[in-house]
Amino acid sequence: MIGIGIDIGSTAAKTAVVDGEGSVAWTCVQPTGFSSVDASERLREALAAAGYDVTGDDVRVVATGYGRVAVPYAHKVVTEITCHGTGAVRLFGDHGTVIDVGGQDTKVIQLKSGRVAKFAMNDKCAAGTGRFLEIMADRLGISQQQMADLARSGEPTKISSMCTVFAESEVISLIGRGEPRENIARGVIESVVSRVATMAGQAAGAPYYLTGGLCENAFVVERLGELLGSPVTTSPQARFAGAIGAAIRAQALN
Amino acid sequence: MAEEFDFHPMWESLGMNLADHDMLLGAVGQMYGDMFLTQNNRPKSTSYLDFVATNIHSGRIKEMLDKKEAGEATKIVGSFCVYVPEEIVLACDGIPVGLCSGADWATDKVEEHLPRNTCPLIKSFAGFKLGEVCPYIESSDLVVGENTCDGKKKAYEFFATQKNMYVMDIPNVHDKSTLVTWKAEVKKLAAKIEEECGVTITPERLKAAIHAVNEKRRALQRLAATRAADPVPISGLDSLLTVQAAFMDDTPRLTGAINDMAAECEQRVEAGEGVAPKGTKRILYTGTPMAVPNWKLFNLIEKAGGVVVGEESCTGSRYYKDLVDESGETVDEMLDAIAERYFKINCAVFTPNDQRMKDIVQMAKDLHADGIVDVALQFCTLYEMESFAVEKAAEEAGIPFMHITTDYAGEDAGQLQTRIEAFLETI
Repeated sequence: MIGIGIDIGSTAAKTAVVDGEGSVAWTCVQPTGFSSVDASERLREALAAAGYDVTGDDVRVVATGYGRVAVPYAHKVVTEITCHGTGAVRLFGDHGTVIDVGGQDTKVIQLKSGRVAKFAMNDKCAAGTGRFLEIMADRLGISQQQMADLARSGEPTKISSMCTVFAESEVISLIGRGEPRENIARGVIESVVSRVATMAGQAAGAPYYLTGGLCENAFVVERLGELLGSPVTTSPQARFAGAIGAAIRAQALN
Repeated sequence: MAEEFDFHPMWESLGMNLADHDMLLGAVGQMYGDMFLTQNNRPKSTSYLDFVATNIHSGRIKEMLDKKEAGEATKIVGSFCVYVPEEIVLACDGIPVGLCSGADWATDKVEEHLPRNTCPLIKSFAGFKLGEVCPYIESSDLVVGENTCDGKKKAYEFFATQKNMYVMDIPNVHDKSTLVTWKAEVKKLAAKIEEECGVTITPERLKAAIHAVNEKRRALQRLAATRAADPVPISGLDSLLTVQAAFMDDTPRLTGAINDMAAECEQRVEAGEGVAPKGTKRILYTGTPMAVPNWKLFNLIEKAGGVVVGEESCTGSRYYKDLVDESGETVDEMLDAIAERYFKINCAVFTPNDQRMKDIVQMAKDLHADGIVDVALQFCTLYEMESFAVEKAAEEAGIPFMHITTDYAGEDAGQLQTRIEAFLETI
C-alpha cells in the first residue's frame, strides 16, 4: 500500500508519499495561492507526473491542513495537529515538544509514547506566526531569508505590540526614526521567537522539534533554542512533517 | 399562535426598530435551520424546541402581553443572571424572563458607552437595547441586574439610563456572614417586586411558586440524567436550548414539555437509540453561559463528530442542579430557603471556588465524559482565570482538557474547528 499525504496550508501546499516499505519516497511543495481546490489539483498533477496515481487501487490519500476539506480525492481528512504529531514521531522520536510555526497559526504539540498527548494553538490573531514575519519582511522591503541574515548582525529593538497590525505600525515608526534595518529585523525575529517560546515553554519541555515553514530559517531555530534553554532540532524534511504524517496515516487505511 | 399572524404592530407598539428586527429574525431563523434542523435522529419531542424557537420573539411576547392585558399577570421582570430568584417574581404573578444577550448587535452604538474590550455578552444586551431589537427587553417593566462580574456591574449603571432597573448585590465569598447579607438582599428584592407588581407575597403564593420552579428543575435534572447513556439520546445543542428556553417560556408549559422529552429520552436509552452512534466522543462543556442564539461552539463540536453530554454553566447544570427546600411555612422561612438554594450557585465571581472544580469532575464522571471543553467569552476575566484551576482539576482527575477563548463572531470558526477536531482525535 502507498500512502499519500496532502497538506494544504495557508501559504504552502505540501505532499509526501510513503512507499510500501514505509519510507518517505517523494515530497513536493507549491504555493497554495488563492484557491485550496486548485492547489490540491496542482498537487495531484505533480504526483501523476512523478508516477503516483491518487486513484490507484493500492493508493490511499489523507488530506490535512486548513484546506483539508478542499481535496476531493482524499479518502480521509485528519487535522494538521494529529498529522504533525505523527510526522514528527517519524522524523524525530516518540517524546518531546513539537513546535510548528505555520503561515497563519502556531501549534505546540506534546508527544508522549508516539502519540499526541496535548496541544496548544494560537487564538485567532496572527501574532507569533509565519504571517507576522512575512508582513514585517515586506514592510522592510526584503525577503524573509534576508531579514534573518540581517537580524544576526542587529541589536534587538523592542517591538512591544503583540498584534500584527499594531506591530506593523510600530515598525513603520521605527523606520521613520531612522533605526537601522538590521536592528528592526532583529526586533521582529525576537518578537516572534519569544512569543513562540512562551507557548512552547508551557508544554512538556525538551527535546524540542521545529516543523513547518520556519524550520529553514537557521537564525530562528538558533534563537528559539537559546530562549528555551535547550537546542531545537529540525530537519530538511521538517516542513513536510504534516504531509508525511498524513501519508503514514493514509498508508494505515484499508 | 399561528405563524401567519402579523406581529409587526405589536413590535411597533413596543418601540422596536422593525426593519432591523426583521433582519435579526431572518438571521437567527437561518442559523436555527442550519444548526438544529440539520441534526439527525433528534427525539421527536424536540419539536417543542422548534415551537419555542419559532415563537420566541412573536407568539411568546404576545402571550405575555395578553396575560398582562387580561389581568392574569402583573409585570414582566427581566434579568440576566441565574442569581435572580424567579420564584419571587412568580409569587407576585409576574412573568420572569431572561433577556437577549447572545449575539453582536449595534456594536458601534454600544462602544459610545462601553469600552471595546468588554465581554460580548455585556455588549450584546446593551446592543439589543440600543438597537431596539429585543422584545423581552422592551416589554420588561423592570430589569433586575446583579453585581456579579465587574463588567456587568458597571454596564448596569449605563443600562439603568435606558430601563427601569434594580440591582441586587451578590457576595464574592461563600461563608456564614455573606449568607446573612445575601438573605437580606433576597428579602429586599421581594419587597421591591411586591411594590412593583402591587402584590403582597403570601405563604400560599410563595409556596406555589417555589413548587412550580422546583418542578421545572426536576424535569431538567431528569432529562440531563438520560445523557449519561451511550449512545446519548439527545444532542448537546438541543439540551442547551432546553435551558435557554427555560429563561423565556411559560414555566408549567416548559416543565411539561421537558418531562415529555425526558420520557422519550428514557425510552431511547432503554432501546439503545441515540442521537449519535455509540462510542461517539463525549464532551463536557464548562464555562461561561451561552445565551440565545449563541450556539456556535456546540454546533462546531457536534458537527466535528463529538457530542456534548453536559453543560457546567449557568445555561446548564447550575440552573437546575439545586432545589429550594419546600418545608418552609412562613414567607420569611421560604425566602431564606430560596436564598440558601441560590447561594449554592458556583459562579466564577466567588473566591475561592473549589466546589465548582468538584462539581465539574463529578459531572465528568457521572456523564462518562471523554474530555472537557472549557470556554470563556473573550474579556471574561473571571472564567479566563478560573480556567487554570479547571485544567488542574481535570488533569488530576485524568480527564483530557481543552480551553477555548472566543466571542460571538464567526471569523474564528475555521481555527476552532481545527482545534476541536484535533482534540477529538487526541482523546
